[in-house]
Amino acid sequence: MRILTGNDLRSGAVVWWTGTYWSLHVEDAVDVTGEEDRVIGREEAARRVNAAYAIDAEIADGTPRPAHIKDRIRALGPTVRPDLTLKPADPAAGSWVI
Amino acid sequence: MYKYDHYDQQMVDTRVAEFRDQAKRRLEGKLTEEQFKPLRLMNGLYLQLHAYMLRVAMPYGTLDARQMRALADIAERYDRGYGHFTTRQNIQYNWIKLEECADLLADLAKVEMHAIQTSGNCIRNISADHFAGAAADEVTDPRPYAELLRHWSSFHPEFSALPRKFKIAVIASDRDRAAMRLHDIGIQIVERDGALGAAFHVGGGMGRTPMIAPCIRDFVPLDQFVTYAEACLRVYNRYGRRDNKYKARIKILVHELGAEEYTRQVEEEFAHLLTLGIEPPAAELERIAAQFLEQLPESAELALDDTDPDFALWVSRNTQPHKQRGYISAVVSLKPVGGIPGDASAEQMRLMADLAERHGTGELRVTHTQNIVIPHVRQAELHALWTALEAAGLGAANIDTVEDIIACPGLDYCSLANARSIPVAQKISERFAASGKTAALGELKLKISGCINACGHHHAGHIGILGVDRKGVENYQLLLGGSEAEDVSLGKITGPGFDEAGIVDAVETAADVYLRERSDGERFLDTYRRIGMEPFKEALYG
Repeated sequence: MRILTGNDLRSGAVVWWTGTYWSLHVEDAVDVTGEEDRVIGREEAARRVNAAYAIDAEIADGTPRPAHIKDRIRALGPTVRPDLTLKPADPAAGSWVI
Repeated sequence: MYKYDHYDQQMVDTRVAEFRDQAKRRLEGKLTEEQFKPLRLMNGLYLQLHAYMLRVAMPYGTLDARQMRALADIAERYDRGYGHFTTRQNIQYNWIKLEECADLLADLAKVEMHAIQTSGNCIRNISADHFAGAAADEVTDPRPYAELLRHWSSFHPEFSALPRKFKIAVIASDRDRAAMRLHDIGIQIVERDGALGAAFHVGGGMGRTPMIAPCIRDFVPLDQFVTYAEACLRVYNRYGRRDNKYKARIKILVHELGAEEYTRQVEEEFAHLLTLGIEPPAAELERIAAQFLEQLPESAELALDDTDPDFALWVSRNTQPHKQRGYISAVVSLKPVGGIPGDASAEQMRLMADLAERHGTGELRVTHTQNIVIPHVRQAELHALWTALEAAGLGAANIDTVEDIIACPGLDYCSLANARSIPVAQKISERFAASGKTAALGELKLKISGCINACGHHHAGHIGILGVDRKGVENYQLLLGGSEAEDVSLGKITGPGFDEAGIVDAVETAADVYLRERSDGERFLDTYRRIGMEPFKEALYG
């Protein structure tokens, strides 16, 4: 599957395309295979996202998991600062990235 | 320390107002990202892996307690309570919001700081020996010359769109503590027949094509050295490649032309520029230099207390002789065992500011090895300083040991990185601290980069580690034999790379070869240079 990610223009936060809005959580991302360029063009023009791009992902445990480690780190936060990740209480967060 | 005059302050304030307007227009949609990107980069604002990242300039790594406290306030107000000190003597904040960035820059300007020219194809922050003005072995304080170069290079219209970024380092002793010959221009202030001059080394650098800068002139009179720098830049700006960013640095031009031909062109340009009289007036250098004269009161010279072994160890590793009797420079390690190299919390920044005021003159330095120097510490107060650092978890006695690791932010923060650097550094420091081998290893400089851009100086590590991407999996190459010091050299790759666990084992294996093979008094680097790569390869790969 292909999912979209980018950064919120105002805050810079990593965001994921849900089909209707941009979420902070990768598990909200939807498959946009074939629609990548159209959605990115429209959303960047509307200034809802910055530097958006499409990535490969797979469904793991029922939610999208980016194929590449770089995007998994983007989804979670720095692996060396679990206190700053989106799921600081999740003991499996590290293994999800690696 | 240099203090802004009216012109400096006005330039910085004007830039803040200009950026405020640019950011507002971006948020209103009047500028596209394509239009805005070069404008934000001119102000040190990147879009990184997780958010906007701001790089703040620390001229030649020098700041005072007031500025350090302002950096702490910014970390709390605009970021997530910490900052990352870098190998270019700067600080980076990782979680900046575009909508707040102009306010942040305004707060910086209030304490005579900015983020101008910390990105883009221009002359970047000038770096220098972090013991400048305090070191017992320097011929003069190099910072007035670095400051004059900063004056010259700030908003220099001819050099605002160079083929590529441009980095300058200045030192004034034979000990190189600034990786001087691994810069685009490395300047060493030298003394000859009672006069001071500048030795110019041009065309060094790390990155994907590491090169050691050749010396192209061993003595430029100091009343001509800015003109000489201008000539070096002019030739580069004219002939440096703009068709390929990977071949655009000055090191490629110097290499392709040959040092001799590049030097000939620089000398020709220099002779021309001398006729134009572009050198700043001597009075300006004198005005700057006067602000760096440290009038330190007399301080008693004390035999340092060696009855406490922990304190004695810290003194032996974390201090540097001072040029004035009764004083010493102390290095605060930002490398606790298992910590993140170069990171400091707002609380730690404030503590270092307080201690610099209490036991020194209030001045601090950022080192290119990602530690903090408190220069001008009264010797009688060194134990009190150490006690306070120790209580705050900042007392690690490990400078220049295997635990004092340089590491770039790597894939945990950087969008260019291929692999994580920080977890590798953490595991290595934990491994050696637990094994108890750190002391036996002595000086062993270990440097880690998460990609070929080499922000973690892996080419210059006695042991270097380069993170690469092998089909989506992190892999680490091991290098041996590099040095950024006066015995400068570039490390060589040992062979096939290792996974994350394997690279930690590999570093320990290389260290064990050294312990087995060393002769009396040899550092790791000395042994490697004597016995060569083979014994290490044999141990690593069998």
